[in-house]
Amino acid sequence: MEVVLNGTVANVDKEMNLWEFLLSKELNLETIIVEHNEVIVKKQEWKTIILQDKDRLEVLKFVGGG
Amino acid sequence: MVDQLVIGDRSLQSRLFIGTGKYSADALIPEIIKKSGSEVITVALRRIDFNSPTGNVMDHIPSGMQLLPNTSGARNAQEAIRIARLAKAAGCGNWIKIEVISDNKYLLPDGYETIKATEVLAGEGFVVLPYISPDLMVAKQLAEVGAAAVMPLGAPIGSNRGLKTKELLKILIEEIALPVIVDAGIGKPSDACEAMEMGAAACLLNTAIASANQPELMAEAFGMAVAAGRKAYLAGLGRSEKYASSSSPLTGFLHN
Repeated sequence: MEVVLNGTVANVDKEMNLWEFLLSKELNLETIIVEHNEVIVKKQEWKTIILQDKDRLEVLKFVGGG
Repeated sequence: MVDQLVIGDRSLQSRLFIGTGKYSADALIPEIIKKSGSEVITVALRRIDFNSPTGNVMDHIPSGMQLLPNTSGARNAQEAIRIARLAKAAGCGNWIKIEVISDNKYLLPDGYETIKATEVLAGEGFVVLPYISPDLMVAKQLAEVGAAAVMPLGAPIGSNRGLKTKELLKILIEEIALPVIVDAGIGKPSDACEAMEMGAAACLLNTAIASANQPELMAEAFGMAVAAGRKAYLAGLGRSEKYASSSSPLTGFLHN
């Protein structure tokens, strides 16, 4: 199946939850913010969301700014 | 005398707010904070680029700093509200700098969309600090809808041109009961000092420090300038006159 990750199509080759997916992207999970289908998902809920085909994910972080 | 700036539930000793953008390395930030004495620091929220992952600016900001995430990148109220909620969900606290910009040349803020976003977010309990053009009516409406301060620009963002909007800033300081924080365009410590002498509550700047040859030294200079300007404002500036007025006695000269 495919999900849209930060505006780009990404393949997900097996069933996995959001936490597993994020981990597979080699991210520091402590410092990221995630939207799943336009809804902000708290860290403690990442393991409870099973990714579905065409899900839309936004994965964000803080950067320098004025 | 204790002179504190109170915004939301926070009392601040320093009236210099700083940004975290444009540094050659984020690792410079702790020293910039220390030298400037600042207690409020801005950050931005962006999509992670999976092709070139980089570090996180938050790793370089000491706990105890008041984070002021901005909504840069938002082109309308709805996008600003979305970014604000994301920042809050990330554990950034409830302060938000509203920045709604659709003009890419001068980066001038959209007052109407800023007011709309401020009203919604203030209603949700955010401490809202909107970035605005120094427009009195916009500032008044922001005060009505619950802004915690207004942040008018001195000159376009990143331009280092100083207080080009001085006359309008003075009107805001005079007429708006909220703290007026001069944000954007300040290029020199003397600009910041002048804004404080005029009665600004604080200054927010980024580029002027980040683009200096020695950012740490410039951070210290800005911290001193803001403190000096504030003291001058509290002391009350002497009158300016056209003609000379002798400082020494005009009697008892040796040739009399």
